[in-house]
Amino acid sequence: MPDSNIQEGAYNYAYLDEQTKRMIRRAILKAMAVPGYQVPFGGREMPLPYGWGTGGIQVTAAIIGQDDTLKVIDQGADDTTNAVSIRRFFARVADVATTTSTAEATIIQTRHRVPETPLREGQIMVFQVPIPEPLRMLEPRETETRTLHALSEYGVMQVSLYESIARHGRIAKTYNYPVMVNGRYIMSPSPIPKFDNPKLDRSPALQLYGAGREKRIYAVPPYTPVKSLDFDDHPFEVESWTECCALCGSRQSFLDEMIVDDAGKRMFICSDTDWCERRR
Amino acid sequence: MSGPLLAAPILSSRGLTKRFGSRIACRDIDFDLWPGEVLGVVGESGSGKTTLLNCLAGRMTPEGGSITYDSAAYGPVDVHGLSEARRRLLSRTEWGFVNQDARDGLRMGVSAGANIGERLMAVGARHYGDIRRTAAQWLDRVEIEQDRLDDRPTTYSGGMRQRLQIARNLVSKPRLVFMDEPTGGLDVSVQARILDLLRGLVGTLNLSAVLVTHDLGVARLLTHRLMVMQGGRVVEDGLTDQVLDDPQHAYTQMLVASILPV
Repeated sequence: MPDSNIQEGAYNYAYLDEQTKRMIRRAILKAMAVPGYQVPFGGREMPLPYGWGTGGIQVTAAIIGQDDTLKVIDQGADDTTNAVSIRRFFARVADVATTTSTAEATIIQTRHRVPETPLREGQIMVFQVPIPEPLRMLEPRETETRTLHALSEYGVMQVSLYESIARHGRIAKTYNYPVMVNGRYIMSPSPIPKFDNPKLDRSPALQLYGAGREKRIYAVPPYTPVKSLDFDDHPFEVESWTECCALCGSRQSFLDEMIVDDAGKRMFICSDTDWCERRR
Repeated sequence: MSGPLLAAPILSSRGLTKRFGSRIACRDIDFDLWPGEVLGVVGESGSGKTTLLNCLAGRMTPEGGSITYDSAAYGPVDVHGLSEARRRLLSRTEWGFVNQDARDGLRMGVSAGANIGERLMAVGARHYGDIRRTAAQWLDRVEIEQDRLDDRPTTYSGGMRQRLQIARNLVSKPRLVFMDEPTGGLDVSVQARILDLLRGLVGTLNLSAVLVTHDLGVARLLTHRLMVMQGGRVVEDGLTDQVLDDPQHAYTQMLVASILPV
């Protein structure tokens, strides 16, 4: 192996030891067999704090190989601190090629976004998940939420959507919008905007979700139905903007609002930097 | 109703025994509850009334004996022999449970409408307008103004919370309701309103109910039959008026004699 760190035996390939990787791969296989089910795994200490992507990094480390091409995004951007350091981490410990291009990547580790460029078969999305349990804010007891999942008792989730309409006149949840996977398990799609929820449905790419603090892995295999919860008379809708991207003119992408001067002048730009740059 | 329908009790208990370690909370409880009947369980604090109710409702597992419920969907079933999934389904469709403290039976963080609608959504209702309409009707039935529909139960008075809890339970049209001191901790005029309401609902919905209370006045007003418990045993049972007017057991005589005259 060409990298000096690996050659000198300072780290095992891709940082985690082989036993840990096997354990995580077993958890991933189980998660893929039961789409949307949260599989517990023995999460390891990683060289970054909880909340920065420890779950995602462990999943990536367990599946990455030397012929992979890795892309890491944070809020859609390839050039933010978190994305840059995770990308550099794997370039160093796993000796893989990295890219910012969605089309070229085989593994895309992400926080808060799904790329705008449509994914294809053979690609793997790795999501960093802060709170894997979609029912957590409604039911604090872990034993009870597990029972609710096991028995598919999801009335309480619908209650939270009802309450949102009663209070705001519409379902006001805009990110981490709960989904039903394969008609069986309610799943947290991680804090992606609800704009990205339709991209999860029957996606040709494999989706893996890793929560480091809570030590859970779950998955959505390719072409699995993912339905955003709603009411018959208040159907699920994604965000829309009256503006277009100030840099590339896109009207189909998720836009970030930027305040550009002290006078409060605003500008909307694509949150997906790769998509935006390619269109300019 | 024809004869054969009445022939089967809706709930029956045989030899029900529940222990907490070496302490026996309920011992050999036998009874039948018939459709449309309200059975009262009275006795002093610690006599095992609430434990009995929790065992009947499947919330606690007894050490001995059996409880048979005549389900509308599945026919007669052994409550504790059912899978947990089936038992929980029964408890949110065919049963209701009214707690003494409304906070235990309500979701305090969401509006009254969401509280009433929860059971409907749990069995698959997915039309917001319909759920809301049904919730408003139920609020009306339990005598709460409909403009309180979007208020949280935290803003309700004790009596209103109790009425909301009743609405939340009855919205799924249960056949059997368990009530644990439904009027405990409320002042007398509020108690009277709730008793009046319960009596009306039990009659119009043809509910069967097991009512636990230490208040003989409540028992007199709502129940058809009475079981008197002491130290985990049933010491006397019979028609309510009969038990209260002509108590046979020394403990029942003492209970009846301790009612404060007004």
